[in-house]
Amino acid sequence: MNIVVCVKYVPDATAERRFDEVDNTVDRAGVDGLLSELDEYAVEEALAIRDAHGGEVTVLTVGPAPAADAVRKSLQMGIDKGVHVLDDAVHGSDSAATSLVLAAAVEKIGADAPVDLVICGMASTDGSMGVVPAMVAERLDLPQVTLASQVEVDGETVRVRRDGDTATEYVEASTPLVLSVTDQCNEPRYPSFKGIMAAKKKPVQTWSLADLGVEPARVGLAAAWTEVVSFEARPARSAGQIVTDEGDGGQKLAEYLAVQKFA
Amino acid sequence: MSEVLVVVDHVEGAVGKPTAELLAIAGRLGEPSAVFFGPGAEGAVDILGRFGAQKIYSVPDPALVDHLVAPKAEALAQLVESVGPAAVLIVSGGEGKEVAARLSIKLESGLVTDAVDVQPGEQGLVTTQNVFAGAYTTYSRVTQGTPIITVKPNSATPQPAQAAGTLERVEVQISSEAKAARVTERKPRQQTGRPELTEASIVVSGGRGTGGDFSEVEAFADSLGAAVGASRAAVDSGWYPHSYQVGQTGKTVSPQLYVASGISGAIQHRAGMQTSKTIVAVNKDEEAPIFELVDFGVVGDLKKVLPQATEEITKRKG
Ligand SMILES: Cc1cc2nc3c(=O)[nH]c(=O)nc-3n(C[C@H](O)[C@H](O)[C@H](O)COP(=O)(O)OP(=O)(O)OC[C@H]3O[C@@H](n4cnc5c(N)ncnc54)[C@H](O)[C@@H]3O)c2cc1C
Ligand SMILES: Nc1ncnc2c1ncn2[C@@H]1O[C@H](COP(=O)(O)O)[C@@H](O)[C@H]1O
Repeated sequence: MNIVVCVKYVPDATAERRFDEVDNTVDRAGVDGLLSELDEYAVEEALAIRDAHGGEVTVLTVGPAPAADAVRKSLQMGIDKGVHVLDDAVHGSDSAATSLVLAAAVEKIGADAPVDLVICGMASTDGSMGVVPAMVAERLDLPQVTLASQVEVDGETVRVRRDGDTATEYVEASTPLVLSVTDQCNEPRYPSFKGIMAAKKKPVQTWSLADLGVEPARVGLAAAWTEVVSFEARPARSAGQIVTDEGDGGQKLAEYLAVQKFA
Repeated sequence: MSEVLVVVDHVEGAVGKPTAELLAIAGRLGEPSAVFFGPGAEGAVDILGRFGAQKIYSVPDPALVDHLVAPKAEALAQLVESVGPAAVLIVSGGEGKEVAARLSIKLESGLVTDAVDVQPGEQGLVTTQNVFAGAYTTYSRVTQGTPIITVKPNSATPQPAQAAGTLERVEVQISSEAKAARVTERKPRQQTGRPELTEASIVVSGGRGTGGDFSEVEAFADSLGAAVGASRAAVDSGWYPHSYQVGQTGKTVSPQLYVASGISGAIQHRAGMQTSKTIVAVNKDEEAPIFELVDFGVVGDLKKVLPQATEEITKRKG
């Protein structure tokens, strides 16, 4: 199997995240970043499939210079090689533009040996739209088997369990395809000391948009199909009323709910 | 006035409340037309008309329900080409967002996901979203193509309207590529008799603090007519099914009232409930971060507080 796993470098969710006052984009410069936690599940799934079925995994990220950290972490976990698409023109790209770049990069990776599986996380922890995998599938004209909570690979057939909105669905398709996995899928490993050492020697290529043949005018903030007109910080919730249970906590709760007309 | 397409969210023909909400939003923006995928549109004509659908496009091709995402996007793209709507509205769920994503690429049209409001504006529709776990509100506009907007449940109040609800059967061409991901089996979620988590106006959730026994949480929920939710810690421990998980990797809920019991209030949990109107917590640790969010909090043991509250509420109801 020739596998590409797409990972995103995101601002740390536990840090305060803000908008850039100048161009209404997410301010990624101001806060520390890391490999999106949800993409660790994609990395783990890629490793599990490779270890069971053989082949090679390339980690792919599109992002600013510090995004190299996300590639490094994936290599430390055991991925074989990395591709970092780095180009100033990408700043401010929306999901559609990101998927354009990812699809072009997958095609370039596949120029040597065709790609069988593109594995993504369920959503990025910053934008959390959960649309890039479907967009990449659409651009590559590939089937998508997405939001998988359980994955089984059997030759060219991929079967997954998808905990859908109203039902549990069992979906199957043949490779090549785009797979996205949820946090129910597996338990991501921690990089071992050996893995950390080995990662230093693994090949990482840095590609520009020109390397991919993507017109810079098709990406970035100016090419976005949507625009943030304005934003506002939600008012902090005003301090609530807190009571300590002294044998009547339940009654006080019931009374509050009655006053608020909930009960 | 232009048509606004609303993709009907239904389970084997039964139309959910979020669809009625979308029809209400569509009514502000233009003339609401419902799009019904799969067999069974005839049975939904009445309810769709009652909530404002002037037209109902029925696309009965079974390929739409037997395959994942791609055929629906193809069918919608063809419908958009022929109808030329002012916007396409889809309920924000796992599949809805992915259908919207593929459609957006096909039509080279801007996509806004997880909107909580859509209003007409001088330069086109303005959508409202809550981002960063609800810390910011953003207002956006689609600047290219036909606006494709996924809207969260509970974002509008359904408006009873006597609309024509004229059924129009639509034939679409579904490519073989779009039929590559087959749904081989579908197990509908077990019905609990409680409201649907994402649609409920009251949600009562339990976390690790339940110690694995959700009976107090469920009884309290039932006294309020509420849906039951769970934290990931409770789900990971196998105490409650994953489909009830609230948070970043579970459901996002925005009810009138959210009660967190035995839940510490981790950022990933907050991401799924922070925009609830009123927030209440019961937690025995007064330092628990959930108390930063609450309108009303009880520091105490949920095993004592919830049963007492349940009894009191039941008594008051008489
Ligand atoms: C990628 C990622 C995604 C995640 N997604 C989600 C998500 O979608 N949803 C989610 O919930 N979490 C999610 N998490 C996990 C999250 O970080 C927390 O670990 C989780 O929310 C904790 O659940 P909890 O509050 O039930 O448990 P704890 O944090 O252990 O809190 C239990 C609370 O119960 C209180 N308590 C104990 N006993 C009692 C009692 N008898 N009466 C009253 N109070 C009591 C304690 O004081 C404590 O505050 C995610 C984490 C990651 C890394
Ligand atoms: N800039 C990016 N680089 C690589 N992969 C990405 C990027 N953005 C999104 N993805 C992939 O798409 C998934 C869903 O992202 P999103 O649609 O942004 O929520 C992520 O989990 C990643 O696997």
